[in-house]
Amino acid sequence: MSQTMRNVVLFGLMGLLIVGTGLIQGWNLALTIVNMGLISGVMALGVNLQWGFAGLFNIGVMGFVALGGLATVLVSMPATPGAWSAGGIRILLSLVLGAATIVAAVLVQQRMEKGRMRSVATVAILVIGFFVFRAAFDPGVEGVEAINPASSGNLGGLGLPVLLAWPVGGLLAAGAAWIIGKTALGLRSDYLAIATLGIAEIILAVMKNEDWLARGVKNVIGIPRPVAYEVELQQDPGFIERAASFGLDPVGASTLYVKLSYGVLFALVLILLLWLAQRALNSPWGRMMRAIRDNEVAAEAMGKDVKGRHLQIFILGSAICGIAGAMMTTLDGQLTPTSYQPLRFTFLVWVMVIVGGSGNNLGAVLGGMLIWWLWVMVEPIGLWLMQVITSGMADGSWLKDHLIDSAAQMRLLTMGVILLLMLRFNPRGLIPER
Amino acid sequence: MDFLNAIVAFANFVFVPGLAYGAQLALGALGVTLIYGILRFSNFAHGDTMAFGTMATILVTWLLQSWGVSFGVLPTALLALPFGVAATALMVLGTDRAVYRFYRKQKAAPVILVIVSMGVMFVMNGIVRFIIGVEDIGFADGERFLISARTFKEMTGLDEGLAIRTTTVITLVTAAISVALLFWFLNKTRTGKSMRAFSDNEDLALLSGISPERVVAVTWIIVAALATTAGVLYGLDKSFKAFTYFQLLLPIFAAAIVGGLGNPLGAIAGGFVIAFSEVTVTYAWKKVLGYVLPDSLAPDSLVQLLSTDYKFAVSFALLILVLLFKPTGLFKGQSV
Repeated sequence: MSQTMRNVVLFGLMGLLIVGTGLIQGWNLALTIVNMGLISGVMALGVNLQWGFAGLFNIGVMGFVALGGLATVLVSMPATPGAWSAGGIRILLSLVLGAATIVAAVLVQQRMEKGRMRSVATVAILVIGFFVFRAAFDPGVEGVEAINPASSGNLGGLGLPVLLAWPVGGLLAAGAAWIIGKTALGLRSDYLAIATLGIAEIILAVMKNEDWLARGVKNVIGIPRPVAYEVELQQDPGFIERAASFGLDPVGASTLYVKLSYGVLFALVLILLLWLAQRALNSPWGRMMRAIRDNEVAAEAMGKDVKGRHLQIFILGSAICGIAGAMMTTLDGQLTPTSYQPLRFTFLVWVMVIVGGSGNNLGAVLGGMLIWWLWVMVEPIGLWLMQVITSGMADGSWLKDHLIDSAAQMRLLTMGVILLLMLRFNPRGLIPER
Repeated sequence: MDFLNAIVAFANFVFVPGLAYGAQLALGALGVTLIYGILRFSNFAHGDTMAFGTMATILVTWLLQSWGVSFGVLPTALLALPFGVAATALMVLGTDRAVYRFYRKQKAAPVILVIVSMGVMFVMNGIVRFIIGVEDIGFADGERFLISARTFKEMTGLDEGLAIRTTTVITLVTAAISVALLFWFLNKTRTGKSMRAFSDNEDLALLSGISPERVVAVTWIIVAALATTAGVLYGLDKSFKAFTYFQLLLPIFAAAIVGGLGNPLGAIAGGFVIAFSEVTVTYAWKKVLGYVLPDSLAPDSLVQLLSTDYKFAVSFALLILVLLFKPTGLFKGQSV
């Protein structure tokens, strides 16, 4: 079977899974899975860019996804009245001050001669800078957080259309990736992994604690939508008529319509990014990337700027993860920093890439859709399995209750087993790199 | 008097908790560093190995408690610990056999082994959640305090109390015994020496007739013992929760790297460095400074450098600094 045929068959099977879910469990669930599956596909594309093209081991995906979510709030929410005058400007200025401190310390490191003087100067700049920064920063935060703390207490956003937040999410993640890449990309693979894991955790800590930014753990709800609201559709006579012509009730039709419109938007983004990634992979740039991945020393000897190229692709991949994060928060309509878990947003994306086929964009997208489908379906399947296993046991026995209660924990186990089996027996993935 | 009060407040809120946390991290980091030294990869499943060992220990503890067995003033979990270690050792040896050995034979790149350990992490995490659930479980019994804050105040007549918890003492004593045993084993016994030889230079060790499979098996058993002990001590001190143990991976790696990956002495030092920096940076110094400084200078604010939620950020900031300025760690570790 040719490669193209194989791809068509695999994506066809994926489609069948979705259709099957729709027929058995309802189209509402099927569309929910498709929407998140498309977003997962985008995330997998980003990780594939870093790992598949360049061999960069980034396990800080969660951080970039969360930054994308933050961008949605900052772009699309209306500004909190009075927040800027109460301390917003002060916060911004003090952040500039903090950045200036770090720049000064870096400059001292670069310009002064190595020795005790340099270390003392660096430490002094950082310590004094920290206290000056806190002195300028804290009153501003207090001012902003005092404004109507029950419903806002943050700066709010710019009130722009939410679709604009998607590229902005990418830019925000790219900015963070630039800083991280500058400091951590020279490290060996294991160290880079641990550094990125930690940085993702720091990004999350900032988002949870800095209430002035996006309300921290108090969550931001009611983010504007790029698509219609169900309630409005249900009151639109034209829509009700059209729904009736399909034989659907207005409530069901409106939820399906909203989900479909999200799906179309996400699919457009995915197709655009996929097209770009394919172009990149087959360009001289893509070949250079793979040459660097396969043999850094040889590529460097050929005059390739390994460090620069690594930084470039790290930023690009992270930006894609940021876009996916912004899309996800738009879909949810809310930003809940506590819902970002590394197992779900970093390691699961890695399972997607490895199962799909690292180094192959189509594979990554397929892996994203397939693993997301499994992630959702493992719970009902696990519950059913447990009911079958325990059907012979007496009702009310503790083992039966325990097994049925624990069926929800089957997810991680299944994902781990799939990853291990895939790595062992088919390490190149479902759609291998050509 | 004020000065004494300041010292006692410092000891009670910073020094003693930092010491206990540092010992727990050090034991965890020793496990990570041994795997890195012998098997040459960063084991992401280590946090979940700790969770598994603690879970096994808790189950045995419950069994002992249901039989009415207790350890007097000490927690019953200490009696159950050897069984927990044995169960964990069997589990990691089984994992090595089923998963890691294949890649070792292939001489797979370290990064592949790291990804494989991610898979193992998922599976172990799933097993632990499946068996014991996701809730917070406290399993410390026996006497809670060696000296409670009130007794201390009555004894010394100071305003500040210094509470010494039983779990703190147990943590320190157990950690000291484990570390002493480990170093004796590595430095004095034949197997320990062969392990160090293997870690220093694999080819030379193989040439001199050291059996690699034996070294690897012994390493896994030691790692299981260290991980279980660390996990149980942490659980006794705080409480057991599957997700918390997964998160412990971060400070543990930070400790191992700050100390120098592959260097056992470094892992211990790294554990304490990370623990003390987390505690000191996130502690509100108002009370201590209030005693030391004259009234006119006494601070109004909490004098907390960063809020407690940033404790992971502290360990990682340290980690990044060490990686940038001294990539081999404080004690010279390996950098392959």
